Amino acid sequence: MKKTGSQIIVESLKKEGVETIFNYPGGAVLPLFDELQSAPFKQVLVRHEQAAVHAADGYSRATGRVGVVIVTSGPGATNTVTGIATAFMDSVPMVIITGQVPTLLIGNDAFQEADIIGITRPCTKHNYLVKDVKDLARTIKEAFYVARSGRPGPVLIDLPKDVQAESAEFKYPEKVSIRGYQPTYEGHVGQIQRAVKLVMKSKKPVLYVGGGIISSNASKELTLFAEKLGIPVTMTLMGLGSIPGNNPLSLGMLGMHGTYWANMAVMESDLLIAIGSRFDDRVTGKIEAFAPQAKIIHIDIDPTSISKNVRVDLPIVGDCKHVLSKILSFLEEEDVGTFRAGLEKWHHQIDKFRAVHSMNYEQREIIKPQYVIEKIFELTKGDAIISTEVGQNQMWTAQYFPFLRPRTLLTSGGLGTMGYGFPAAMGAQVAFPNKLVIDISGDGSFQMNSQELATVVQYRLPVKVAILNNGYLGMVRQWQEFFYGKRYASVSLEGISPDFVKLAEAYGAVGLRATKPEDVVPTLKKAFSTPEPVIIDFEIDPEENVYPMVPAGEPLNQMRLV
Amino acid sequence: MRHVITLLVENEFGVLTRIAGLFSGRGFNIESLCVAETLDPTVSTMTIVTRGDDQILEQVLKQLNKLISVIKVVDLIEKDFVEREMVLVKVTATSETREEILRVVDIFRGKVVDVGAKTYTIEVTGDEKKINALLSLLKPLGVKELVRTGRVAMIRGSKITTEPGS
Ligand SMILES: Cc1ncc(C[n+]2csc(CCOP(=O)(O)OP(=O)(O)O)c2C)c(N)n1
Ligand SMILES: [Mg+2]
Repeated sequence: MKKTGSQIIVESLKKEGVETIFNYPGGAVLPLFDELQSAPFKQVLVRHEQAAVHAADGYSRATGRVGVVIVTSGPGATNTVTGIATAFMDSVPMVIITGQVPTLLIGNDAFQEADIIGITRPCTKHNYLVKDVKDLARTIKEAFYVARSGRPGPVLIDLPKDVQAESAEFKYPEKVSIRGYQPTYEGHVGQIQRAVKLVMKSKKPVLYVGGGIISSNASKELTLFAEKLGIPVTMTLMGLGSIPGNNPLSLGMLGMHGTYWANMAVMESDLLIAIGSRFDDRVTGKIEAFAPQAKIIHIDIDPTSISKNVRVDLPIVGDCKHVLSKILSFLEEEDVGTFRAGLEKWHHQIDKFRAVHSMNYEQREIIKPQYVIEKIFELTKGDAIISTEVGQNQMWTAQYFPFLRPRTLLTSGGLGTMGYGFPAAMGAQVAFPNKLVIDISGDGSFQMNSQELATVVQYRLPVKVAILNNGYLGMVRQWQEFFYGKRYASVSLEGISPDFVKLAEAYGAVGLRATKPEDVVPTLKKAFSTPEPVIIDFEIDPEENVYPMVPAGEPLNQMRLV
Repeated sequence: MRHVITLLVENEFGVLTRIAGLFSGRGFNIESLCVAETLDPTVSTMTIVTRGDDQILEQVLKQLNKLISVIKVVDLIEKDFVEREMVLVKVTATSETREEILRVVDIFRGKVVDVGAKTYTIEVTGDEKKINALLSLLKPLGVKELVRTGRVAMIRGSKITTEPGS
């Protein structure tokens, strides 16, 4: 049967099992919105297209499903770019449909025309301009496949207005075949066997895991592997939740603001088993001095991640979950008991690292941000989805909230996008209406997408925003304090931010404030028992810093502890 | 080091920009680039000649492979291959130089494809060395203009590059 382009989109999205769309209309998508109006999706009208993409991103990270966004051409499309780049850096599967001016006008500087294909080429996994309605169904099928398979990522479809209105025979393809794209899931068996041998020979092994564990849902396999052999695990920011933060084998996060013991363990290790992590500069510090005695096994689905920054002794290209399962099956034939006994000395050494107090703060009359986060963990028992903004708030969250499950931390790791957390929390809340979803925010970052207060109120999304209000663009201030002689340039927000309580109220949300340490718990309790969206303004110590810290470009064992 | 890279790509719009972007994004200069359809009209071959640090180039090759529109990537420098390029050269031809020019063309098995009042236009095919040698002989005689096709290359023997997915 013949269908219009717009009908084809709706039908195709249904076939892909899409339930929720984050959208914002405009001239170039009028035909499509006319069709969406009666379509069976939950549609969330955001207040800024950047937030639509972050919301779809939060939805995707929390559920593992592909996030979907529909916006108009020109400014609607360009507004999505930061969101797309954020998702690209963190490998989040997403399909973004942008309207485009009619085919005949493309390239004419038509009203609201932007070359979004050109603009997003370097920050999408792939993108498509559909010029013929006959290609539409196949393109959507491919887009979803590319977004969710291999190393996941955002895919953009640019859709001229006339293509939305034209008709074609609709038949949704059963299968995708892209000859230039065949991700490797199964790792090379010989390499996996060699890896197992290397592991069994090691005396000071460390597992260094990242977002690949989360996106391939390999948490269970990882935990089994670590526990079976008793190997300590350190996680990147993107990997938090891969193994429960309160598991005795967890060393917490490594890198610039990692724990003392995680960084020291990596530096002392004789074998680093990197799984779904990519040796980012925030993780390795001075690359030449990184894990100097260690042999490195690197398991990743993306061959371009391997041997990019460090020499790898044993690469395995494959899906983390597949490869870990294979490793587990090979371990059946190994003498695990002897191996574990051999690690005793190593654990002893790590315990000594743990005894160095690197994460402590002094609670005075003024609220400490770390205290707020610890209390959020205690009151929720870790059973919450937490998003963060970027800056000190993000690092304190990573340090003081021991994430117990995968997909419970939504944070912009690769791009470090301020303004990500609130719309991402909103997206996660759409997916899980009954879960507690908390954005741990900063006074600067919150103002980058605070317009979404209107959206959470409209859709009754009871997101809680805990603003750690230090009156500063705190992380930048910290760097200016440490490295630029305390010359504070353009970082003070003291006295010039809006009254966040009144701001919440102006939108019809609930606003709360805590100014003293003894207010923290009652205020959090009140917020968590409020069925509406709540903004909490925590007046925290303005010059509190994030410790430990490895200054950029220094080796990981050069940590500033206080 | 010099690299000659053959790519099989989907014959569709936008592919060239995706590929060029990977080079330009890393500050790599493309020395020459040749694109044309293969026997299968849905596939094009690209021959790219570039120079650069081997480790960075390895990363570029991996990134090229990762592009959805790229079907196959081969760095020919690791193989035994033939390489050809065609040039069109417009040289000033005076009564004193005409004969010398014709002699050079003959030695290089070229052709004069156009004769003007004061010029010859010459066509020559060969590998990089041959073309450079030709130009060094013609330049003193007065080269007015030069157009090169860019290099194309092919593996020697019965092996073929254009077999997708091998
Ligand atoms: C969109 C964007 N612009 C600028 C930056 C640079 N930046 C990193 S952290 C930071 C300060 C964040 O301030 P705030 O949200 O108050 O968080 P705090 O560090 O005080 O907890 C800035 C400006 C960024 N990461 N993202
Ligand atoms: Mg701040």
